[in-house]
Amino acid sequence: MFEKIERETSNNERAEKALICARRVGFRYSAEGEWILKNFSFELSAGEIMAVLGPNGRGKTTLLKLLIGLVKPVEGSIRCGGRLSYVPQVSTPAFDYKVLDMVVMGRAAEIGLFAVPGARDYKYAEEALLRLGIADLAQRNYSRLSGGQRQLVLIARALVSAPCGLVLDEPTSALDFKNQDLILRTLRQLAEQGLSIVMTTHAPNHALHVASRILILEQKTEYLYGPPSEVMTHEELHRLYGLELKKLTFEHHGQELQSVVPIFS
Amino acid sequence: MKKRCLEYTGIFCCLFFSLLAAFSVGRYIIPFKEVCGILISYIAPVEPYWTDIQYRVVTLIRIPRVLGAGLAGATLAMAGAALQGILKNPLVSPQVIGVSTGAAFGGVLAILLFESSLATMGLAYAGGLLSLIAVWVLCNRGRGASPLSLVLGGIIINAFFTALISLIEYVADPYDKLPAIVVWLMGSFASLSYDKLFRSAPPLLLAGTLLWMLRFRINVLSLGSEEAQSLGIDVTRTRWLVMAVVAMVASATVAMAGVVGWIGLVVPHITRMFVGNDHKRLIPLSCFLGGMYTILVDTLARTLVEVEIPMGVLTALVGTPLFAFLMYRLMKDER
Repeated sequence: MFEKIERETSNNERAEKALICARRVGFRYSAEGEWILKNFSFELSAGEIMAVLGPNGRGKTTLLKLLIGLVKPVEGSIRCGGRLSYVPQVSTPAFDYKVLDMVVMGRAAEIGLFAVPGARDYKYAEEALLRLGIADLAQRNYSRLSGGQRQLVLIARALVSAPCGLVLDEPTSALDFKNQDLILRTLRQLAEQGLSIVMTTHAPNHALHVASRILILEQKTEYLYGPPSEVMTHEELHRLYGLELKKLTFEHHGQELQSVVPIFS
Repeated sequence: MKKRCLEYTGIFCCLFFSLLAAFSVGRYIIPFKEVCGILISYIAPVEPYWTDIQYRVVTLIRIPRVLGAGLAGATLAMAGAALQGILKNPLVSPQVIGVSTGAAFGGVLAILLFESSLATMGLAYAGGLLSLIAVWVLCNRGRGASPLSLVLGGIIINAFFTALISLIEYVADPYDKLPAIVVWLMGSFASLSYDKLFRSAPPLLLAGTLLWMLRFRINVLSLGSEEAQSLGIDVTRTRWLVMAVVAMVASATVAMAGVVGWIGLVVPHITRMFVGNDHKRLIPLSCFLGGMYTILVDTLARTLVEVEIPMGVLTALVGTPLFAFLMYRLMKDER
């Protein structure tokens, strides 16, 4: 089996320079349980964005947990060129903190059990806020921010630990159009700076807009992986969302844009 | 930074004056001048201008009592703030995890069976430890540590030991043991001697220091299990560590003064009004305010009326209106 993997790797040029490389990963929560992911491979280079699509309860969250190392694969391996930081969905926190205090918690792993963040940790936090252009929010209360601003703060918190990639759980799901645009633009800028980004989403348009790689989790343990043009076909989208939809291509300021429009019954 | 220095100077002054006031006020009033003289005589020789009775009241009765009350209040308030943080719930107090009731059961059992205060203390610690272990076992032997499972486990253990306490009260001799049990359960700092203080101080000081050092981790834990875990910390272990420290506070205060409720719930909320939710500041400030609040309430307990009012009664009598006011304000904000 080892040989087989070796051969496959050499066949695939992409894998050579991949930052995140998943090989024949299988995962289930208990020894008798059903496989959630099985024989599952993909790779992602630095500066690439991968969108993960799939119905609820199909294992998107499990995949994210595998990527950030909260659970270990039962079979196969996930290789990572560095640390991946997790960006959770925006929620209302039980306790409200200042934005800077929120962001500095991204350093928790580096700060000892009995220690508090020092001047250097706050400097990293301020740099992360500056990088996302929200340095002016540092002293504001987190829960008083708009959804888009909150998502930016959570991204800043993930950046504080100097990761090589980000793993985002539905970063645009609770946002209006303007804030969706803000977050997608930010993610694209971060990718241009060399970060690998994995995001789950229920919006195929967002995937088409930013992602260079698409991962579709299908029924059972099947999956599809590839560039959007190959994977996000009309048939596949129809099967994924279970309703009639139209894939449109149109021109806007000399740019060819694509959009998926559902036909609601 | 300058603002913070000023803040802490202010708090220290308040603490200092509440200590002085607590030393001087009581059934037997001792003027400030004499109290200061007696205190200074500890570090520098002063020609006594106070009476022997005044000296004895301050040194033998009031100093251990006030210091004990301050220490218990400070640590209970810190424990409350920490527990509210790690359980993501501003409505829990050290009583919720069942350890206070377990410790109270131990103490009550000791009063029923033995006469010595040492036995009361020892069994109170044992009861507190037993109930923490019980909660731990209920939470899948420590593997689970979700806020819900911890609170639920605590409620079960709490109810169980409450029933056992009632059983002991039912069988206790109504003329001799029962009154002692009832009074002890209501909590009081009246019987605090240097002996008791020195026995209770080390665990309380240790627990207070640990909670103070853990204040940043409590911030991270308050984000919830998944988020805290994704930030790279061991959530289960850290939560149990805080639980164990809170349990140490709860058992040590019960062993020292019986069940003194409401401090761990009310004081963190008052403190939040001043400094917000950040536990890096909330925990140290809760310590000071908790100490002051308890010294104040204890002073009221022994001066308001002829007979001393039990501490547990008074903390609830002062605590409930305060908490009601806080809740009223909160509801107004939410609307």
